[in-house]
Amino acid sequence: MKKGYLGIDIGSISTKGVILDEQHNIVTSSYIWTEGNPIKAVKDLLHQLKESLEEEIEIYGIGTTGSARKLIGLMVDANVVKNEITAHAIGTTHFYPDVRTILEIGGQDSKMILLKDGLIEDYAMNTLCAAGTGSFLSSQAKRLGVDIEDFGHLALTSKNPVKIAARCTVFAESDLIHKAQVGYKKEDIIAGLCKSVVLNYLNNVGKGKKIMPPIVFQGGVSKNEGVTKYFSEVLKEDIIVDPNSHLMGAIGIALLAHKYEDGKMRSLDVADITFETKGRECEKCSNHCEILRIYKDSKFIESWGSKCGKVS
Amino acid sequence: MGDYAVPAHFLLSHIIHNKIIKPKPITSKTIEIGSKYSPEFVCTPFKYTLGTLIEGLDSGAKILIQAGGGCRYGYYAELQEQIIKDLGYECRFYNLVTAGKTDFKRIYRMMKEIDPKFSILKVLYYGSITKRMLKYMDSIDHYIREHIGFEIKKGSFEKVKAEMLHKFKMVKTHHELKKVYQKYKQEIENIPIQKPENPLKIGIIGELYTVMEPYSNYELERTLASMNFEIKRFTNVTYLLFQKHKKVKQYLKEISEYVTYQMGADAMDNIARAKELCEQGYDGIIHIKSSFCTPEIGAMPILTKVCNDYNVPILFFSFDTNTSEVGIKTRLEAFYDMLEMRKKR
Repeated sequence: MKKGYLGIDIGSISTKGVILDEQHNIVTSSYIWTEGNPIKAVKDLLHQLKESLEEEIEIYGIGTTGSARKLIGLMVDANVVKNEITAHAIGTTHFYPDVRTILEIGGQDSKMILLKDGLIEDYAMNTLCAAGTGSFLSSQAKRLGVDIEDFGHLALTSKNPVKIAARCTVFAESDLIHKAQVGYKKEDIIAGLCKSVVLNYLNNVGKGKKIMPPIVFQGGVSKNEGVTKYFSEVLKEDIIVDPNSHLMGAIGIALLAHKYEDGKMRSLDVADITFETKGRECEKCSNHCEILRIYKDSKFIESWGSKCGKVS
Repeated sequence: MGDYAVPAHFLLSHIIHNKIIKPKPITSKTIEIGSKYSPEFVCTPFKYTLGTLIEGLDSGAKILIQAGGGCRYGYYAELQEQIIKDLGYECRFYNLVTAGKTDFKRIYRMMKEIDPKFSILKVLYYGSITKRMLKYMDSIDHYIREHIGFEIKKGSFEKVKAEMLHKFKMVKTHHELKKVYQKYKQEIENIPIQKPENPLKIGIIGELYTVMEPYSNYELERTLASMNFEIKRFTNVTYLLFQKHKKVKQYLKEISEYVTYQMGADAMDNIARAKELCEQGYDGIIHIKSSFCTPEIGAMPILTKVCNDYNVPILFFSFDTNTSEVGIKTRLEAFYDMLEMRKKR
């Protein structure tokens, strides 16, 4: 039977899964919304992946990345649990070995990875502010009554993008309301928003970084043509957007799962496993640590969050 | 701040007869109190120290002592005194440093006020022991940082060090102190480690409070040790009190291509250290500061330039009372992966 490697990227907004074969071709992939419940999202995701398989495949490695990597790693018994920066770099260099800059804008965070000879040279990640991320765009789309999928397309129709004071999402929203109230066209406002995401990203994440071509743009926001257009306008370079740009993290972690294969076969059947976490506040000292206890099939397996290490 | 409560308590308990209230270790409660009564955009150490002072008052302290430094730290005492008095606490508040100057005559008068039996001879004697104790502590810490990432049995370094600090509290003479130090130094050097020939080496620079108080930097050093890094850190109390003034000229000369003037607090020092780390072949640098720390904000673009020139990666962290711990972990993990990849090249 064929050997396969599963990569799962659990982000704040969406959960991505991909199965690679031994030659690193994509066998199948899936993309669903996380909706604040990573455990359920991953169960659904694995179910979908399994349904879509044309032939049976034996999973010899599972990797998890993204903000819920640790929890899901425990749940699916992953052999690799890695941060999304490394996963994205490895996934992208697999398809574009000579890439020098990766621009990545996801739902909650945005990052920039600089590479040289296929290895990470430097990286940056947004710190406190969400003004250059996908959730900012989607909340503004909702306010304007536009479907987020049409957002980029609409932006391209604008001839005169509005300048929006988007240093911070909260102020951007008030400026946006103001611009709408004085009668600017919707597409001009949308184009202005896309441009402000680009400028914010470059000023915030890209501060002091040398951006060299080839440039690959990925993450959920890379599906937005408006943002891509303004990136290439501002940077004066071609921007590559892969059709699988949203899957790069999952592909990267699947590659790592292959690299660190431990010979153990894993199953995709987690649907029947009950997996839950119970949080409580420890009262033993004034630190009040939030202790998370994790149960698999009602059996306690691990606990996180204790600062002193004495409480579980 | 860190383990420095030990020498501070040692000195005070020998030179004055008043009862000394030991501050509780910093917890989330301390920060909650501190943030509640602080101006919102003040640098974070202000909130930590205000929280500690108020906790001290709540456990019965009547006299508070605060120091000052070459940045906003110089205004801490006045502002904290005002806030505490406004809250209705009755206490005496003493400020060791005024207008950036340490006036020993004034401090002497102040100490006489606190304790009329205060004797200058005792200060000279126990002061010199304390100075030595600081030196010993800092040199042990220096050794531990280089080796703790490779200990075979987890926690063995911390255990021996805690024992040493406990013994330090009870010494009476220079001779006793030296004996304790030598005993534990040997014990620490004999802790079995498994260190690869060429480990990943990382330097920590940044604003002094955040660097020295582990709670405020989310136990950065401990996390780095668990990732098997060899760690180097420059800022410690010995440096700040006894070495800094001698080093300033030398540092300025070393980095004359980047900096012409002093920049307040430790900003200039940190640039010189970054250059030093780059030249000594360190794999990466982590710069940490509390949010809104102005001197270090000024140093950051220059640090970026220095690291670009030497092609050494640098990671910046700004710690606030609301920083998410998970975010720090992700960035540190990625930093580790990157350094490892670069090293293999």
